[in-house]
Amino acid sequence: MQANRSAPTYDVVIIGSGAGGGTMVQILTSLGIKVAVLEAGPMINPAKDYKEHMWGYQVPHRGAAEDGAYYFGRSPYAFGYFTASYGGWQLDGEPYTTAPGSQFRWFRSRALGGRTNHYGRFSFRFSDYDFKPYDRDGLGDNWPIAYDDLAPYYDKAESFIGITGTKENIRSTPDGIFQEPPPPRVHEVLVQRASKKLGIPCIPNRMAVITKNHNGRAACHYCGQCGRGCVTASNYCSANVQILPAMRKTPNLVTMFPNSMARELITDASGKVTAVSYVDTQTRTEKQIKCRTVVLAASACESARLLLNSKSSRHPNGLANSSGVVGKYLTDTLGFAMSATIPALRNLPRHDSDGMGGMHVFMPWWLWDKQQQLGFPRGYHIEVGGGFGMPGVGSFHGACRRFEGYGAKLKDQIREEYGSVVGLAGRGEMIPNADTYCDIDPNVVDKYGIPVLRFSFKWSDHELKQMVHMEQTFAEVLTTLGATVIKSQRSPREKISVGGEIIHELGTIRMGADPSTSALNKYCQSHEVKNLFVADAAPFVSNPDKNPTLTICALAWRTAEYIAEEMRKGNV
Amino acid sequence: MSDVSRRDLLRNIAASALVAGLSAADAQHVHEAAAQDKKAAGGVYKPKAFTEREYATLRTLCDLIFPGAVEGGAPEFIDLLSANNSEMKAIYTGGIGWIDHRMTARHGKRFSEVAAAQQIAMLDLIAYTKNETTELAAGIRFFDWIRKMTADAYYTSKPGIADLGFMGNKGMAKFEVPVEAIQYALKRSGL
Repeated sequence: MQANRSAPTYDVVIIGSGAGGGTMVQILTSLGIKVAVLEAGPMINPAKDYKEHMWGYQVPHRGAAEDGAYYFGRSPYAFGYFTASYGGWQLDGEPYTTAPGSQFRWFRSRALGGRTNHYGRFSFRFSDYDFKPYDRDGLGDNWPIAYDDLAPYYDKAESFIGITGTKENIRSTPDGIFQEPPPPRVHEVLVQRASKKLGIPCIPNRMAVITKNHNGRAACHYCGQCGRGCVTASNYCSANVQILPAMRKTPNLVTMFPNSMARELITDASGKVTAVSYVDTQTRTEKQIKCRTVVLAASACESARLLLNSKSSRHPNGLANSSGVVGKYLTDTLGFAMSATIPALRNLPRHDSDGMGGMHVFMPWWLWDKQQQLGFPRGYHIEVGGGFGMPGVGSFHGACRRFEGYGAKLKDQIREEYGSVVGLAGRGEMIPNADTYCDIDPNVVDKYGIPVLRFSFKWSDHELKQMVHMEQTFAEVLTTLGATVIKSQRSPREKISVGGEIIHELGTIRMGADPSTSALNKYCQSHEVKNLFVADAAPFVSNPDKNPTLTICALAWRTAEYIAEEMRKGNV
Repeated sequence: MSDVSRRDLLRNIAASALVAGLSAADAQHVHEAAAQDKKAAGGVYKPKAFTEREYATLRTLCDLIFPGAVEGGAPEFIDLLSANNSEMKAIYTGGIGWIDHRMTARHGKRFSEVAAAQQIAMLDLIAYTKNETTELAAGIRFFDWIRKMTADAYYTSKPGIADLGFMGNKGMAKFEVPVEAIQYALKRSGL
């Protein structure tokens, strides 16, 4: 193909528009830098495209899809028709493969805002010890930065985004800059009481949801539908909060390239990236965009795939990969969940329990100083579910199966039970292991001709032991709430989440002090290719139990300031 | 809640959207809900996937499984999806055929035409997995399908939402939890 010689050269080309890409756009444009954003999916207009506040009956198929695909396990709508996930576990014509013996599920977003359209919005800082895991227990590796390096950027990100929370002085989950959280729901009051009895802290949630007007965004209206995106931009989504505002504020500095799937990075003889080759997905034509600097923010695995596919005689292992670490050190969060009907909540007086879209309380990891006694390293936090959920397709399938029958009696049983189920979900740290990585499958290309990823994945005993501890803890909490818990007889390997399922994959282009064991330096800049940066979760050296998005934003903010400074100095 | 107060809340949410810098046209879609609320149902429904006789059996079944489900649109919902999915259509024409054949063999009439006691006697057999025999297996499997899909249609409809007492999806200026609801749960839990 031919590059258009008169085409503009952008200061920074950003690949991906999620939390990392959005933060890059926000910070770089605020510093006067001209950016172009490649997004594999379409532009979206949150106000029009989010199906917020809709009722099931407004759609003849009620959310099950016109052909009832939902009932056959092939719903085209990840997390339901009414959410704003804009992507899925399987994308037409964009396969990935798994190595023999491995299971892995890879969620990919394809839209402006990426996964921030639908993510859980839980926003927990990593702890001081999370940055030095090797020093703590001899497992994994240390980050090349410490908590104190990132703390000012957590401050900035929290101040800008708006996070609910309270000062708690809990080492595992440091305090930040918080807005006032909403009060707990009824079942959350019970969970707090039960937790207290068991000595587990259960504190107001830290959500990327604003409870007062903030930076031109309206305060939350408590409709409980953050998973559908937010027309009032009351929660954090990079589209709503960073990219669309930057386009309005500095239209000359932002050029969007939607429906543009990056294929490979083009380098010159000096080894610098000069352009990004991408496919216009609407016409399947290959194009190039020229850049001074490139930032990968396509999600950990897509960014790794792009580097691995940027192979040349100068870079036989792929670009920025002399160390061979690209694709390695892949981790996901481990997940385990348990739920039960709480008798005290049966026939609960009806009220609107929607609130923020997600729990109002959670349990941060509380045993960080007792790891020796526990017999497993690292920890988890507990997410709390319950309340009068908006009825949707599938809401009562479980009740129908358990109660069976029909008619007035079945309706009574469903009505009594409605709102009385409490669910606990554990989210725990996985330690990188040699059996878990992604590489290029030499036999398969996607519909654009781009070689696809192949995943190898294995939970180690560390995670399995942690899962067993979750199960014991959840049973104790639910029993204390008055539930009867029937222990599942399946083995831990059958009960733990499938790799990738929690959608916290990261670590695939890790940072480090030593160029022989890491791809990026402490500013998320390639050791080898000085004008190549990474701003998603690929640089993470460890995967603490705290959901990664807030740390992606803080780290991207720091990287953006560094890029601006290096550009000013003429170094990149 | 009344349509008036729902409209007010939607208007408030639309106003917040304007505060957030979205255009009036962009905010328009949030009025969709109110607009659709007003749409009259009207007219007799012509099934797309099923014959009139099959549809009569489907309607009778839906309303026995969840009284109010016909008003909630369950038969139309199942018909629409079946019209677009041959696999689902076969499940329903097969299941309805199984039931009607059995009723005709015993009582000389289809399910929708027999006395209520005879309909109930049939449901009491196929609504429970404990009754599973090779003779009833097909009916029990079908009942699981129609029960869960009727539940979906009913509980996403206005009568079903009212029956549950779901009071959300409207937004509020300040999130508050009624004290009596907390007291109710605390007292009963002993916590």
